[in-house]
Amino acid sequence: MRIESTNEFVIRFANVNGTGSASANNMFSKAVFRMGVPVSPKNIFPSNIQGLPTWFEVRVTERSYLGSRGDVDFMVAINGQTLKQDYESIVPGGYFLYDSTKSLPRDFKRDDINVFGMPLTKMCIENYTNPRQRQLFKNIIYIGALASLFNMEFEVLTNMVKDQFARKEKLIAPNILALELGFNYAEEHYNDACGLSVSRRDNVGDAIIIDGNSATGLGAMYGGATVCGWYPITPSTSVVEAFEKYCHKYRIEDDSGQNKFAILQAEDELSAVGMAIGANWNGARGFTATSGPGLSLMSEFLGLAYFAEIPLVVVDVQRSGPSTGMPTRTQQSDVISAAYASHGDTKQVCFYPCDPADCFEMTAQAFDIADRLQTPVILMSDLDLGMNDHMSRPFKWDDKTEYDRGKVLNAEQLDNLTERWGRYLDVDGDGIGYRTYPGTHPTKGSYFTRGSSHDDYAAYTEDSVAYESNMERLVRKWETAKQIAPHPQIKHRNKETKVAAIFYGTSAQASYEALDGLAADGIMINTCRIKSFPFHPDIGDFIKEHDTVFVIEQNRDGQMRNLLINEFNFGTKRMRSILNIDGMPMRARRIKRKIELMLNGEDVSPFTTANSSVDGE
Amino acid sequence: MSYLKSTFRHPESQTNSLGYTRSFYEGALSTLCAGCGHDSVSGSIIQACFEMSLEPHKIAKMSGIGCSSKTPAYFLKSSHGFNSVHGRMPSVTTGANMANKDLTYIGVSGDGDTASIGMGQFMHLVRRNINMVYIVMNNGVYGLTKGQDSATADVGSASKKGVPNLYEPMDLCELAISLGSGYVARSFSGDKNQLVPLIKGAVKHNGFAIIDCISPCVTFNNNASSTKAYEWVRDHKEATGKVDLVPEAQEITVSQPNQILETIQLHDGSMIQLQRLPNSLDIQSRASVLRSLEDARQNKQVLTGLLYINPNSKQTHEIINTAERPLNTLGKEDLCPGSDVLEAINEALR
Repeated sequence: MRIESTNEFVIRFANVNGTGSASANNMFSKAVFRMGVPVSPKNIFPSNIQGLPTWFEVRVTERSYLGSRGDVDFMVAINGQTLKQDYESIVPGGYFLYDSTKSLPRDFKRDDINVFGMPLTKMCIENYTNPRQRQLFKNIIYIGALASLFNMEFEVLTNMVKDQFARKEKLIAPNILALELGFNYAEEHYNDACGLSVSRRDNVGDAIIIDGNSATGLGAMYGGATVCGWYPITPSTSVVEAFEKYCHKYRIEDDSGQNKFAILQAEDELSAVGMAIGANWNGARGFTATSGPGLSLMSEFLGLAYFAEIPLVVVDVQRSGPSTGMPTRTQQSDVISAAYASHGDTKQVCFYPCDPADCFEMTAQAFDIADRLQTPVILMSDLDLGMNDHMSRPFKWDDKTEYDRGKVLNAEQLDNLTERWGRYLDVDGDGIGYRTYPGTHPTKGSYFTRGSSHDDYAAYTEDSVAYESNMERLVRKWETAKQIAPHPQIKHRNKETKVAAIFYGTSAQASYEALDGLAADGIMINTCRIKSFPFHPDIGDFIKEHDTVFVIEQNRDGQMRNLLINEFNFGTKRMRSILNIDGMPMRARRIKRKIELMLNGEDVSPFTTANSSVDGE
Repeated sequence: MSYLKSTFRHPESQTNSLGYTRSFYEGALSTLCAGCGHDSVSGSIIQACFEMSLEPHKIAKMSGIGCSSKTPAYFLKSSHGFNSVHGRMPSVTTGANMANKDLTYIGVSGDGDTASIGMGQFMHLVRRNINMVYIVMNNGVYGLTKGQDSATADVGSASKKGVPNLYEPMDLCELAISLGSGYVARSFSGDKNQLVPLIKGAVKHNGFAIIDCISPCVTFNNNASSTKAYEWVRDHKEATGKVDLVPEAQEITVSQPNQILETIQLHDGSMIQLQRLPNSLDIQSRASVLRSLEDARQNKQVLTGLLYINPNSKQTHEIINTAERPLNTLGKEDLCPGSDVLEAINEALR
């Protein structure tokens, strides 16, 4: 019994972290991509530097379903600590490749899977002398074996080695040797033993492959960010590292060699966001990147920026909470705390990117929207999007694009004013006043920025009427935000159906796949991908058109569902949650199964996780 | 108490080299208690900026939360001001300074805002050496919340509530010196002759300059048992010497025959001039000043004046090599590499 499939399967690598496995596994993933076959890699790693279990999953998908599918067809089991669990998790008909230097324990008795033993440790000892090389090349050897088992083009792999080590030439030969050792061993012992294969296609088009955090950092550079205050926190750290890398490459002043950016590693997240606020107040584009615990710390400052109306961009790469939670596992569980961040009546603009191209575009756009609205914009990425490589449409930039700095008066405009200027005076009816940067004019346009109650002219006030009027103006501004923030993507599969699904961010791809599967079975479900908060009125209309609306997301409490109910005042009955909170990316097969059960009227838990009533992998 | 500010000005008020009168540097009417030390500090800031002919709109006034942090409303009405959140003025000023290196940043804070809730930010501000003047209006007590001890209150000192403070005080000057600040001074709100030149020197200094200014709270901590009361400070303060800031060209003379004169050239050519006794502390030695502060504490003295200066101090922009043009003046041409570069980036990701 064996699974037969070309270009549609899931392979999982079980490794020990700190052994160089992620780069080898990435090499396999990139090789599939370079053969023109869409691919989706996921690194499932521990909050640890060395010695704990780590998994790397690659979905080979010529149909371009880039979300997580669920289930494992092929397991490369290199970690003794998890060997049994890995062995058990393979679907019937699947494959198990292990290091046969040590034989399998006696209780490994499945007869519904295909087992490939390779003496990886022994081969390394025989061919390499350096202990670190013996560890690293074990990974490369199994990649070579996979090339044989899957009938891949071997030169794609050797070319990648040559590209990767172009500047360290002496590493090329030992890497290629490792690939050949694995390839030849598999050719000799397991010729034609595997029903899975990768065959060249032309299905990736002009796509690129990159992690979301790098795309976000690049977007910040294109968006004109110059000041970044930040505090290291997984999984957001690589946003700032990418921003810094791109700035060092593209933001050095030609004549002086000096930096056209300032990046400061702060003492904590409070300081990080304070720096970003100070920079924006002073007319530069400043941002910070963080994750849930940092967002909690930034909450007081987010209230200041909301109330004093200072533009700000915060990138929240969400991870599993609450508290420290699972720092290296993904979730979408900061939805409510970001949307209503800070005490008092506050609402924050949030964007929900779903792939690296979104990360790039939405980050650059966030600076324009923050300047236009004079308020924070929070980019709600997550660990799955931020830290994994994703195949994505390429980045695009229109050179005609001008930065929209919003309503800012210069000295000449201040001189030409015919009416008294008020920093918070709503002269245009959109709730947004005109601001000035410090240092603009010797006698006009200065004002006092404060988080305490103020009137239209920025003067401190405890006057009830002035306070209320200011709070109402902020609601008018919120209405403006609905029009200019990214609009939802609504797709009607069928005009008649009364069933719909809403999702956002990294829940989108697995959801689309699940719904395609249901459509193939004749169950038509319309979709709405939310891209921003505040919600565009079209989302409310979309919900009203349907009797059942599944809200698919990655948190325990159905946070987006609650946010929708709260903002639109809909009854709760039609809004049904489908939830994943195990820290793993959302899986299409599980969503599909769950919707089928719910539509059948079965009383099931909303969770798609392994411990729920629905069978897992 | 007054609730309106008089707008009458003497028609022949003296003007500075910019043609502005002193009143141009004033702010709104103070709402602090009558006799509050903070109002005197505001007056000294006004005086220093007026005498130095600083353009008010090229100054940014930064503060946190508390009585002291309200004062930016009471000076330099033509400057932008930012009253941020409690203890977080340092980070906001850091970001503002990164955005525009050409403004003068005057931050005012209190002992609660700096030594308690803002201690972390304060310390990191010092070690980054942000180019700014940081004035602590230090009264040893929380005023707006009505009289709790602060972290700078001396052991045994009792505020109006009458309960002696049990915990060791923070010495912000010692901290600033050990964290590398290149300009550290202590003064007293009641001594304008000393405070005004110290503020001028702080403005001229390249990098972080702190003035820990004892500024009594007349309402909650001006009683006989307090070591932050007017009377106690007047009786126990001991100046390190007489400080003045002089432009480059001016001739320097010693006013007292038994004193020596020290001049220290600042990065822009102006001089700090210090008249002092021959055996007093060496203000360019961290070890010397830390020992003197310790001695003064033992003798129940408040050492005032310029305590430490490092004229070669390098501010943050020099440390991180930012461009000469302020970052907030850079546009798309400077910041965005454009579509061709992006296409090359795309290609490298295939």
